[in-house]
Formats: sequence, structure tokens, C-alpha cells
Amino acid sequence: MTVLRTPGGFSLRFRPRALAVGAGCALLAAGLGVLAIAGGDYPMTPADVLRTLLGGGTPAEEFIIHELRLPRLVTALLVGAALALAGAVFQSLVRNPLGSPDMLGFTQGASTGALIVVVLGGGSLALSGAAVASGLATGLLVSLLTWRTGVHGYRLILVGIGITAILTGVNGYLLTRAPLMDAARAVLWLTGSLDGRGWTEALPLLIVLATLAPLVLLGCGPALRMLEMGDDTAAALGVPVRRLRMVLLGAAVLLVSFAAAAAGPVSFVALTAPHLARRLTRAPGPNLLPAMCVGATLLVGADLLAQRAFTGHQLPAGAITGAIGGAYLVWLLAAQRRAGRL
Amino acid sequence: MQAGTPRLTGTGMTLAYDRRTVAEDLTVAVPDRSFTVVIGPNACGKSTLLRALARMLRPTTGAVLLDGADIHRRPARQVARTLGLLPQSSIAPDGITVAELVARGRYPHQGLLRQWSREDERVVEEAMTATGVADLADRAVDELSGGQRQRVWIAMTLAQQTPLLLLDEPTTYLDIAHQIEILDLCARLHEEQGRTLVAVLHDLNHAARYATHLIAMRDGRVVAAGPPAEVVTAERVEEVFGLPCRVIEDPETGTPLVVPAARRPAAHLAPEPA
Repeated sequence: MTVLRTPGGFSLRFRPRALAVGAGCALLAAGLGVLAIAGGDYPMTPADVLRTLLGGGTPAEEFIIHELRLPRLVTALLVGAALALAGAVFQSLVRNPLGSPDMLGFTQGASTGALIVVVLGGGSLALSGAAVASGLATGLLVSLLTWRTGVHGYRLILVGIGITAILTGVNGYLLTRAPLMDAARAVLWLTGSLDGRGWTEALPLLIVLATLAPLVLLGCGPALRMLEMGDDTAAALGVPVRRLRMVLLGAAVLLVSFAAAAAGPVSFVALTAPHLARRLTRAPGPNLLPAMCVGATLLVGADLLAQRAFTGHQLPAGAITGAIGGAYLVWLLAAQRRAGRL
Repeated sequence: MQAGTPRLTGTGMTLAYDRRTVAEDLTVAVPDRSFTVVIGPNACGKSTLLRALARMLRPTTGAVLLDGADIHRRPARQVARTLGLLPQSSIAPDGITVAELVARGRYPHQGLLRQWSREDERVVEEAMTATGVADLADRAVDELSGGQRQRVWIAMTLAQQTPLLLLDEPTTYLDIAHQIEILDLCARLHEEQGRTLVAVLHDLNHAARYATHLIAMRDGRVVAAGPPAEVVTAERVEEVFGLPCRVIEDPETGTPLVVPAARRPAAHLAPEPA
């Protein structure tokens, strides 16, 4: 811990290691981003990319970067950061390292809305809108079901698992009702993909993240750290536990819903990023900001891999995060077992 | 026995979880600068009373008054600067060090632009010294023994710098030596630092030895309240706990010492009349 104090009685406390992790991830994400922008059907050198980004490119380069590749990169960064932030919040709220929007039903909820639009036949804007709406509806349903006891760890997990199961069934049914072409499009959406994402997808998420990230990080972050020690201990320290849980649940559901609307339910980023962040910072606590940086880097890297790993054949980014995240989960469980914690 | 109105009182409280009522028309007062201990059989409502006094449970009727104001109408953070609570169970975050955990007790005094003042630093060091965990400052909390860990949690509540401190069964899960160690520590905090302590304890003899004021509860009612010498009598213990016993003088301290009767007559094993 390092402390900065000013004569006016102000003081700031931070961990240099956490800052280094954040900065390192940001640098890595920038590097991967330049590589992602440089590649594709119209290859450029990283120098070309940087020159164009600084305003010195040819009209063709300007178009390719500003209209095609940059929005995709920005969407990847935002989706990764939003999912990671939501995941870190959920893991802290339920005090369980497996607590993530994938497991609690919120991603399935967002998918249901999107699938209904697919079955009824609608454009991409309607699809995004429906994903947000049904994600929020799921959040509301979960809060109502957990309202009486407060949004508590185990109850939230159990209700979430129940809702996930129901919605998985509903989603499967909706898929069988969709025309074949639309069903194929729906499956791609369900995997989570950044292909063809433009500013229309990036902008709503940018607004949501820019609003909610400060609220969560600065407004709720310190209280969330107290909540780690148990509801009673947090309440004794002056944390309004019930209100904090509702605000954080709302914020995390909004983040997940808008992220799903932008790129589909990209799996495992919300679960993996906070874990990796904690390992890297070696700090107790929710590690919200480092988790966001790790999440953004993770998704940009996954998307780069999805585009380039198999020549002539692009994968959806969600397939890569699923594969990496799944492997990480297995490793994590094995490691916990070895450490005797499971 | 106390002068003026006590800072912490509960009047006419009905305490309930969901629909299950634990206590009705419960009235208690915590004398200022006392070491008050609440005793009573299991499920008599003593922990519930403590939760109500600590602002964790809102009475359905009646009120808890802290310095004359309804505790539930005051902001949580403001209350947390006057009244601290050590709950029965707390979770030490993975890998947290002793100093970091104790520092978290400063939360109600901190803000976004006032994250770690010199005052915070000084208070945390004092709290660790008072509880004898200063040498453990950089150790991980998960590595410590049960007694050490409990002292760390007490240090955290001390760092909160509250004149009133509530402890919910602080000696549970500890062996006898560590129980005494924690109670000695509580007595020191009471005597040397002038704090008002309220503890829920299971062991009657510990309660009689350390308390300056006892509250005996049964079935959600206060059966007796006062100095241990007046409250702890053979009749009272039998009334409250249903335990036949003798009360003798503790040879160490002169306080009442409860000695359970050698063998219970068969009548006491039969179900009690309601």
C-alpha cells in the first residue's frame, strides 16, 4: 500500500502492483488492438495503423479503420470491460468465485429476448433492444424472488440456477421455432461474436459503461470491500447493506444486458477476468478496476485469435473465450482441490 | 446505579424474524461505562437483542435509542462511529494481512478523498497494540490460530473508535485459555479505555466474573438486571436456566460462582410444564 497525502487533509491509498497490472493490461490491449486492426482482407502494417489513427491515412485506410475495424475493436474492449466488471461485482456479492452472470441466469435472460426477435423476425436494432429488455426483466425477476431475504449469497445462486435452467429450456424451444436461416444466425449470436460490429453497437454500451463504471468503482467499491467480510460486519461498519446490494445488482445486470446486446452472450469473460486480476494483483478485495482491464484485454485477444488462428475460417470470439474459460475453470477447480479448499 | 440517561436503551421492543416473534415489550438499558453481559439459555433472544441494539434488526414496535435518537433514523455510517459490533462470525477475505483487516475498521471515518489519514494510521497501530497483535501485522489472517484471529477482529472493531462496543459471543469456539485471554482483553478495554461494552456470553461464571452489569433473559423477557452479586443467585439460575445449583464465592475474585448440583433429581429430566 502506498499513500499520497496533500496538505489539505486529503489522502489517497493505492497498491502499486494493482496499478502496474492495470497499466500492463492497457498496454497489452493496445498492442493487440493495433495487430487486430492491421490484419484482415486489406492488410496494413502497424505503422500504417498508427499513422491512420493519428489522422494521416489515405481515404481507403481511413474508411477501413474508422468504419470497420476500429468499432469492432472498441466493442471488444467495452464488452470485455463491462462483463468483467459485472463478474467481479457478482462474485463479491454472492461471495462465491463461481458467481457470474452466466451462472445466475442473466445472460440466458438477455438471450431469450434476442431469440424472440429472431423468431418474430426483426432487425439488429430490435434484437439489441430486446436483449437489454429481457436481461433487465430477468434481473427484476431475480430481485423479486430474493427480495424478502435481501439479495443474499446462496439464495441468489439457487434462484439464479433455477432461472438459468428454465430459460435454457425456453431458449431451446425458441430455436426450434425459428426458420432455419434465422436459427443459424441465432446460434451465432448465442455464441457471442464481434463480427461486423459497428459504432451503433459500441455507442450504447459506451454510454452505459461510462455512467456505471464510476458509480460502481467510486460509489460502491469501498463498501463492496467491506461486504466481503460478511453482511453483519459490513453493516456494523456503516454500510447500508440492503441498498448497496440492490444498487450493485442493478448496475451489474445493466452491464451484462448491454454487453450481450452488443456482442451476444460472450461466455466466461465475466468469470475468468476477476480471477486473473486477483492472481495478478495478489490483493484481497473485488479488484474492480484491474478486472475491467483484464477483461478488455482478454476479449480483444480472444477476438484476434478468433479472426486469425484458422486461416480462411473465422470463429466467433465467444467460441475462443468459451474454450479458454472452460480450460481455466477446470484448472482452477483442480488447483483448489489440490489446495484442499474444495 | 448509573447517573443520568444511558446512551443506549431499547424500549417496548417487539423483535421478530419474518413472522416468528422472539421478544415482546422488551425494555433494556445499557449503563454508561459498564461492561454489560447478556446471559440466558439458548434461543432466549439474547443475540436477537444484541442485533436490535446494533441496528441490524429493526424492532417491529418500540425503538432503540442511541444518545436519545432512534438508531434506525440515523445514517448507518454515523451510527458506526459511535457503536461498534463484533458479530458471531465474520469472513476474513482470502490472503488479507492482519494490518489490512484492522485498517478496514476505519471505513466509517474515511471518504473518497480521505482514504488513509495519519489519524487512521495511528488508530490502527493503537488498536493492534491494545489487542497484542502488532507483531502479527504482516501475517495473513488465515494462518493465525483461533485466539489470535479473534483478537484481530476485536482490533478491527477497536479501530472503529466507538465509545460503545457490542460483542456477540466473542469466546465461542475458543479453548478455555483463549476465552480468558479475550475476556481479560475486554475488561482492559472497559477499565483502561473507558469504553462501554455489551457482550453476549454463554458461560455464566465468566459473565459473573467480568460483568459490571448483568442482564438475564429467558423466553424473550428480561428476568433480572443488575450487578452480578445481585443477579446470580441459586434461585435465579434455576429460574432462568432450569439448572439446580449452588452459588459460592469465586475464590479468585469474590464474584458469584455457579456450581451445578451433583446429580439431577429425575423430575428435572421430565419435560417442563409450559
